[in-house]
Amino acid sequence: FAGLADVSISEDIPVEGEITVPVGSHSPDEDYSTLDEPVRDTIMRDLKAVGKKFVHVMYPKKSSALLRDWDLWGPLVLCVSLALMLQGGSADSKDDGGPQFAEVFVIIWFGAVVITLNSKLLGGTISFFQSLCVLGYCVLPLTVAMLVCRLVLLAGSGTVSFIIRLIVVAAMFGWSTLASTAFLADSQPPNRKALVVYPIFLFYFVISWMILTFTPQ
Amino acid sequence: ITCLVMYLFAEFDDAANLLAANPDATTISIDEPAEIPKNQHGRRQEPGREEDDELLGTDDSDKTELLAGQKKSAPFWTFEYYQTFFDVDTYQVLDRIKGSVFPVPGKNFVRLYIRSNPDLYGPFWICATLVFTIAVSGNLSNFFIHLGKPTYHYVPEFRKVSIAATAIYAYAWLVPLALWGFLMWRNSKVMNIVSYSFLEIVCVYGYSLFVYIPTAILWIIPQKVVRWVLVMFSLCLSGSVLVMTFWPAVRDDNRRIALATVGTIVLLHALLAVGCLAYFFDAPELEFPAPIIPAHNGTTVISKSL
Repeated sequence: FAGLADVSISEDIPVEGEITVPVGSHSPDEDYSTLDEPVRDTIMRDLKAVGKKFVHVMYPKKSSALLRDWDLWGPLVLCVSLALMLQGGSADSKDDGGPQFAEVFVIIWFGAVVITLNSKLLGGTISFFQSLCVLGYCVLPLTVAMLVCRLVLLAGSGTVSFIIRLIVVAAMFGWSTLASTAFLADSQPPNRKALVVYPIFLFYFVISWMILTFTPQ
Repeated sequence: ITCLVMYLFAEFDDAANLLAANPDATTISIDEPAEIPKNQHGRRQEPGREEDDELLGTDDSDKTELLAGQKKSAPFWTFEYYQTFFDVDTYQVLDRIKGSVFPVPGKNFVRLYIRSNPDLYGPFWICATLVFTIAVSGNLSNFFIHLGKPTYHYVPEFRKVSIAATAIYAYAWLVPLALWGFLMWRNSKVMNIVSYSFLEIVCVYGYSLFVYIPTAILWIIPQKVVRWVLVMFSLCLSGSVLVMTFWPAVRDDNRRIALATVGTIVLLHALLAVGCLAYFFDAPELEFPAPIIPAHNGTTVISKSL
């Protein structure tokens, strides 16, 4: 500890700061702004946040807005709409049909949780809900693909419609995987990136498979 | 005080002179604890055990045993404990997969690749991939087989995914559990050189299932001969990994028990492959024309009843 004996603060550097914490200076204004505002403003604020994240997914740039202010409204809406659209694809016997609503729901949420746990166990620095948020929002291209598939199937279900559906689903699958990788890959240790990206690839592949094999009754 | 210090220095000089004069005196060195047991082991080695060393890789297994003892010390209710099972890099996982697909005769998978760092990443995600590969390939193969028929309506057969998942995860976790229990029980009766921890057995089983993934994709080809050749080939590859891993663990035991154990391992592995082929993939041969047989039976029945 001999070296520390030489350390001293010279007299001409002022040491200053505030010790008191400003309490109550502007909190009444905050209470007013969120508690007394019209309900429409409250709802629109959340809707705008969700919409902004949708835009971020469609044009994935390295922005941290998706990660910082995570929310699970968007993933819930996407998951429910995808599961609803995958309904009605049953066959003669219930056992051979497509996935039921509960199965789609469980696959998406359980799959997202498992992937998040996997990335955290491998040493990732992203938080649990941020990762769920990103994986859920990146289902948006696949939901769009499902919509397009249903519209194409209304027109007919021959080989041409199958090829169109295949191209659309494949493109959206690539978009989803690339978008989620763009957001999640930075938070992983560098020599384990492939280990984290592969389960995400598998997850979106399974969802794409469910979309592609949807056949209306 | 300076006199005391000088006296102590003189003592050290004496000790150094003593050592220089008698270099064979045993000195206690505390920096390389792994060296001493290794030398003793080397001196007591018999010539017949050389192949075991090749299989075991005992040249650095002692060090890795000590390192392993220091590693997993977090209590099991913390997150860090489970992180120790995912302490692998990409190239390590790829090496382990390569080692399971191209088994080198004479090299033990556990000693060569796992080296006291068993991971759960490989077994879990290989099983997940296998589940979806089998379900998707089975669906595709059935689609191509029944494609031309007018009465065929494509069904996604999504229920089979959950059945495949149950079967494969049960195989990959319950069979290692049973095997580990069995090996522990035999270990208490017969002293074996080799004993594996539960996670190492799970790891070997998980990585040995990897070769079934390309096999399942190739099973889409609707030829019976091709499918059975693939079954044999993949069974040989992954079965040999398992046999080379577990033979050293049971060879010191009663001959019959050792052979029965290894035989059961291979049999269960074969059952998994054949069961998946039979359940998820329809038979590719053409069906016999249906109307002839029932009419024949009908006329026979009618004639008999008359």
